[in-house]
Amino acid sequence: METTTTRTTCPYCGVGCGVNAVLENDAVRVAGDERHPSNQGRLCSKGTALADTVGLSDRLLYPMVDGRRASWDEALDEVASRFGEIIAEHGPEAVAFYVSGQLLTEDYYVANKLMKGYIGSANIDTNSRLCMSSAVAGHKRAFGEDVVPGCYEDLELADLVVLVGSNTAWCHPVVYQRIVAAQENDANKKLVVIDPRRTATAEGADLHLPLAPGTDVHLFNGLLAYLAEHGVTSDLPGTQDAVAEARKIGDIDAVAEACGLARDAVAAFFELFANTERTVTVFSQGVNQSSAGTDKVNAILNCHLLTDRIGKPGACPFSITGQPNAMGGREVGGLSSTLAAHMGFDAAERVQRFWNSPAIASEPGLKAVELFEAIERGEIKAVWIMATNPLVSLPHADRARRALEACEFVAVSDCMRHTDTVNRAHVLLPAAAWAEKSGTVTNSERIISRQRSFLPMPGDTRADWDIICDVARRMGFGEGFGFDSAASIFREHAALTAFENDGERVLNLEGLAELTDQAYDRLEPLRWPVRADKPFRAVGAMPAPQDSRRLFVDGVYPTSDGRAHLVAVTPRGPANAVSDQHPLALNTGRIRDHWHTMTRTAKSARLSAHIPEPFVEVHPSDAERYGVIDGAIATVSTALGEAHVRVIVTDGQREGTLFVPMHWNDQFAARARVGALANPAVCPISGEPEFKHTPAAIAPFDAAWHGFILASRPLRLAGESDIDYWVKIPGERFYRYEIAGLQAPEDLAGKARRWIGIDRRTTDWLEAADPAAGRYRAAHMDAGHIDACVFVAPEPAALPERSWLAGLFTGEPVDEAERIGLLAGRPADPGADPGPQVCSCFGVGRNTILRAIDEQGLDSVAAVGKALDAGTNCGSCKPEIASLIAEAQADE
Amino acid sequence: MSDNTTQPKLDLVVIGNGMAGVRVIEELLEAAPERYNITVFGAEPHPSYNRIMLSPVLAGDKDFAEIETHDRSWYVDNDIVLHTGEAVTAIDRRRRMVISESGRETGYDRLLLATGSTPFMLPVPGHTLDGVISFRAIGDVERMVEASKNGGKAVVIGGGLLGLEAAYGLHKRGMEVTIVHLMETLMERQLDPIAADLLQHSLAQRGLSFRMGAKTAAILGDDEDRVIGLRFDDADDSEIKADLVVMAVGIRPNVELADKAGLHCEKGVVVNDTMQTYDPRIYAVGECVEHRHAVYGLVAPLWDQAEVCANHLAHRGHTHYEGSVTATQLKVTGIDVYSAGDFSDGEGSEALVFSDVRRGVYKRVVLREDRIVGVVLYGDTRDGGWYFKLMREGVDISNVRDLLLFGQAYMPPELANEAEAA
Repeated sequence: METTTTRTTCPYCGVGCGVNAVLENDAVRVAGDERHPSNQGRLCSKGTALADTVGLSDRLLYPMVDGRRASWDEALDEVASRFGEIIAEHGPEAVAFYVSGQLLTEDYYVANKLMKGYIGSANIDTNSRLCMSSAVAGHKRAFGEDVVPGCYEDLELADLVVLVGSNTAWCHPVVYQRIVAAQENDANKKLVVIDPRRTATAEGADLHLPLAPGTDVHLFNGLLAYLAEHGVTSDLPGTQDAVAEARKIGDIDAVAEACGLARDAVAAFFELFANTERTVTVFSQGVNQSSAGTDKVNAILNCHLLTDRIGKPGACPFSITGQPNAMGGREVGGLSSTLAAHMGFDAAERVQRFWNSPAIASEPGLKAVELFEAIERGEIKAVWIMATNPLVSLPHADRARRALEACEFVAVSDCMRHTDTVNRAHVLLPAAAWAEKSGTVTNSERIISRQRSFLPMPGDTRADWDIICDVARRMGFGEGFGFDSAASIFREHAALTAFENDGERVLNLEGLAELTDQAYDRLEPLRWPVRADKPFRAVGAMPAPQDSRRLFVDGVYPTSDGRAHLVAVTPRGPANAVSDQHPLALNTGRIRDHWHTMTRTAKSARLSAHIPEPFVEVHPSDAERYGVIDGAIATVSTALGEAHVRVIVTDGQREGTLFVPMHWNDQFAARARVGALANPAVCPISGEPEFKHTPAAIAPFDAAWHGFILASRPLRLAGESDIDYWVKIPGERFYRYEIAGLQAPEDLAGKARRWIGIDRRTTDWLEAADPAAGRYRAAHMDAGHIDACVFVAPEPAALPERSWLAGLFTGEPVDEAERIGLLAGRPADPGADPGPQVCSCFGVGRNTILRAIDEQGLDSVAAVGKALDAGTNCGSCKPEIASLIAEAQADE
Repeated sequence: MSDNTTQPKLDLVVIGNGMAGVRVIEELLEAAPERYNITVFGAEPHPSYNRIMLSPVLAGDKDFAEIETHDRSWYVDNDIVLHTGEAVTAIDRRRRMVISESGRETGYDRLLLATGSTPFMLPVPGHTLDGVISFRAIGDVERMVEASKNGGKAVVIGGGLLGLEAAYGLHKRGMEVTIVHLMETLMERQLDPIAADLLQHSLAQRGLSFRMGAKTAAILGDDEDRVIGLRFDDADDSEIKADLVVMAVGIRPNVELADKAGLHCEKGVVVNDTMQTYDPRIYAVGECVEHRHAVYGLVAPLWDQAEVCANHLAHRGHTHYEGSVTATQLKVTGIDVYSAGDFSDGEGSEALVFSDVRRGVYKRVVLREDRIVGVVLYGDTRDGGWYFKLMREGVDISNVRDLLLFGQAYMPPELANEAEAA
C-alpha cells in the first residue's frame, strides 16, 4: 500500500485552513493540517468532505468550441483571435475578463497582467466584487491601503468579539470554533452578534442585536457618539467630522428606534464595547453587501480608530473574506478598481516599467455589475469568465444571462461541464480543479499558503495560469508570459510588490522574490508582509519567522500623512425601500454545507444532506399574513424575478424580512436562483451589490401535488411540463429529486415512467396507486437493485421520509423484506428510520439523536457525541444537536 | 334458560348432513344441549366432512380422513340419530313428519332444511355422457381420481373458483387439462381483470391450458357413450379432445323438497332474518337458502347463518342474520388469491391498487366513503383476513389510507389490532 500525504489548503471560505490530503492507492482522504497556524488541525463540515468532491463526474475534460470537442490549439487560437479581432476593431475597452476569488494568486496575476498591461484595459473584475469590495474600499479610506490589520489569534485574545453581519458558525466555522473554544472557559469573554437573523452564530452569543436591515451605520454611529460622549478622544484626522456626524443619530433611545432594537440591548452593547479594551469587531458580507457597504465598514473602523483598538493583541477590526483567495486577488490587483499589487492607477507608469509591457490601463475599469451591463449594451463584445458562475451569483442574474446570450464572444474556463454559465459559452477551456492545482492562496489573516496538487490533471485539463499565458502568447504577448511554472509567476508577483516600495505599501513580499522552485514547493504558511531584511539564509531554507501578526502597531499608516483617518458617514437606508407591492426585505446568504453555486459541494452526499432544498425563512407573523406554511413551497418574488422555495417558518427571522440561500441554480432546481431576484443596486464607492436587501413579496405556491424521486442516476426533469418545482439533491449512490406541480397530472403511471426514463415494456415495476386520492408510488428494479422510485401525493405530509429509501441505494440487491416495504417507504418497524441528517461527518440522523437523547437521558452535546459520535469531528452540527436536546427537554 | 331442563324435549329433524346442518347442531348443543332430540338425514353415505377441502383431496394434498369433520361416534356421543345414505323425499307439514326414500317417517317439532345445492350441468348435447361429471361431493373426487389414473386429457368447463381447483387437481394427478371459460377472464366474480390475468398466467406456467371466451356447443362421445371431446360454438366449430369433462359452472340451491312442501322458494328457499322459512317451524340454512335475494356458495355465510339459526332454535337472544360479506380464497398450492366484497369500480368507489409484477403480487382494495368494501389480493394474501375484518366492521381508514395497501405490519397499533381476531 502506497500512502502519500500532501499539505495543501482548503478551497472554500477565506479562513484558509491547511489540509492534509492523503492518497492511499487511489483513495483520497483529508484531515486538518495541525501545523497550519490558521486552523491548527481543525476542519469544518465542508473541508472534512473534500475527498467526496475530487471525483470526475461532470468534469469538463477537454476544450470545446461551439458545443463540440476541440483541440487546445483550436480553442486557444479561437480565444486569442476573437479577442484580438475585437480589440483591433473596437479598442481594448471592448473586451473584459471576469475572474474569481477561487483562482490561485498565480492565475490571478497573469490574468491581471494580460488585461491591464498588454490588452491595456482595466476591464478585469472578479466575483470578489460581490463579496468584500466594500471592505477593500473602507480599508483604503481609513488606512490608505486594503489591509486586514489583525490575525485569528486576536479573536482568542479578545475579551469581546463583535460579529457584525456574519453567520460565522456556518460561513467561517473554524474561526467560529476558535472563538468559542477561547471563550468557553472564560466568563469574562463575551460574544456579541449583530445580525437581523438569529443565526446559528447568534444562538451561541452572549448578546444578539437583531437590528433592522441596513441600519449598521446607525448603530455604529450611535456607538461612536456614545464613546465620544464618554470621553474617548483621538487626534486622528477626521475624528471631529466623524463624531459630529455620528452625534446626529441621537441618544441610545434614538439609536434603538432607528435600528429596531430594544433599548437595553443597545445600551448593553455600547457599555460592553466602551469598557472592553480587547475588542475585535469581525465583519463580513452582512456589512459589505450593501449600497452603503463602504460607509458601514468605515462606521466600524471609526469606532476602533477612536478607541485606538487596532494593531494590539486582541484588539482590531477584522474583515473576514468569503473566498479562499479573495485576498490573493486583492493583492495582485485583480479588481478593476486597482491596478496591481495594492497600487492604484497613479502608479501606472511604474507598473508598466516593471512589466515592460506594451500598454497600461490608465484608469479604473468596469466593476462586476457595470461590466455585465456593458456586455448587455454591446459595448463589451468579448468576455472571458474564469472559475466563477456569474449567471447564478450576480444580482439581477437574468439580465446577466441575457447579456451573455447577446455577447459576441464568451469564453469560459471552468472545471465543470455543466453550470448555468458554462452552458452559455462559445469556447470552453477545461481547467484543473483543486486537487490538481498548484500555487498559493492568501487567507483573511494575510497568511500565504501553498495549494499543492495531489492528483494528476485529468483529460486535457490545464492550470488556469497556463491557459492564460498560452492565450497571451497567441495574442502576440510572448515576452511577458514566458512562465514555465507557478513558482516563476509567484516570484514576479513578489518582486512587483517590492518594486519601488519604500514602505508606502504594506503589501511587500520582497523576501519571497528570489524564492527557488524548491523553496516554493516547501513553502510553509507565512504571513505577509515578508521583508528582505530578514532574508533567506540559504537556498531551500524557510524565511525566518517575522512578527507580522499585527500591523499598524506603531500607528503609522500608508496614507499621504502617515496616519489613519476616521471617515464621517451618514446613515442611509437601502437603495430600494420596501413597498406595498414588495413589502418584505429579501436577504441572501450561505448555508453551512454548501458553497457558492454548488459545483463542488453538491458532489458530496453528506454535504447535500444537511439542507437538501432551497428555502425561504419567514417570521411566523409574516407567514400568517401572507398565507405561507412551514414545509410547503412558496413563491418569493421581487421586481426582477421569482423563486420557488421551501418555507421555513422561524422566529429567528426578523419580521418583515426573508432569507433565501444563494447556492441553488438551474442545475439543481427549477427556479431557485436568488441572484435573479436580487436588485443590482450597488455601493457607489465599492460597486458591491446590495444582496442583503431587495424588496420582495411572498405567496403560497399552490402545488396541487408533491412528490419525490430517488434514482440511481441523474434525471432530466427540466423540460417536464407537469413538474413546476424540482430540486436535485445528490446522495450517496443516488440522486434525490423533490418535485411538485401546480396541476395534478393525468396518467401518473405513465408520467412516472417518463420522468425516470423507463419504457412501458419494463417488467420489474412496483406500483401502489390511489388515483382518487391523487397518490401514486412506483419503483423500478434492475436485477434486484433499486433503480428508481417515484412518490406522489397531494400533500407533502403524505409522503414518507426519504432516508430509509435512500438507504436502499447501497449497490447491493434489495432483499425481500425491503422490497415488500419499498413503496411503503419505510420498514415495518418504524424504529429503523434515522430521519434527516444532522451530523454529516458520521451520518447521524435527527431521529437517531432524539431517540438516544430520550433513551439514554443525554443532556449535553458532549454526551450525544460520546453516545453517537455526532458532532465530534468537525463540530459544525453542534448547535443543531444542542437545539435537539433543548427540544427534547421542552417536550418532557 | 334454567327452565330448559324442566321442559319436555322437542324433536328437531335436520335434513342434510353437510357443513351447514352440522354447524347448526354444534351451535345448538352449545346453546341448549337439553332442548332437542335430534335426528339427521344425509343423502351421502359419509358422516359430515369439510366440503371446501375437496380440492386438496383431489390435488392429493390431503386424504379423505383429514377432511372428515365428524365421525359416527360424535353423533352417538351427542345422542343424535344419524341416517346416512338416506335422502328425505317429502315433508308432511300438516302432520309434521318427514318421509325418507326408504319410507321412514320421522316426526318433528322443528325442522331444519340444510339441503345444500347441486352443481349446474350445462344442458348441451352430450352432458349425460359417461365421463362428464361435476365437482361437488367426495364421490366426484373419487371419480376424477379414478379417471386420472390413465392420464389423458381433461376439460374443465368453468373458470371459477371450483373449476380452477378441479383443473389444478387433475393436472397434479397427471392429466393434460384445458379450462374452458365463457368469460374473457377467470373468476370474474371475484377477481378484477389484472388479478385474473396474473392468475391465468401463473396457472399457464404450471401447464394448464385455457380457452377463454369459449362457449361449449356440445360434448362429443363415442359409440359407447364415452366422452371423447368438446365442440365450441365458434366460427369454425372447433373441437378439442377430452377423456374427462368436469362441469363447474355454478350451483343450484336444492329447493325441490321445500317447494313440494309448499314453502315459498325463489332461487333458494326463502328465509327471514332468523333463518325461518314461511313455515315458522321450519328453518333453513346454507346453500339452499335465499336471504334478502342473496344466495351464497361460500362457507363463511354459512357460519353466520348457523349461529343465528341455532340461537333462535335455542330461544336465545335476538340475533339476526343481515347477510354476509364474503371472502374467497383459491386453494391452489403456491398461488395465493384472496377476494372479498365488491371490487368493481362503481360510482363512489375508489380503488387502491398495488402491483409488484416480478414478485407476482397484486392487491386491490376498494373503498367507499373511507371504508373498505372490497379486496382482491393476489400473490400475497397475508393481510386478507385483516382487510376483511376492517371491511366487515366498517372501520374508517382515512388516517391510514396511504399505507393501507402495505398491510397490517405498517399500521399504527390501534388499527393493527383490528386484525387480532382475523
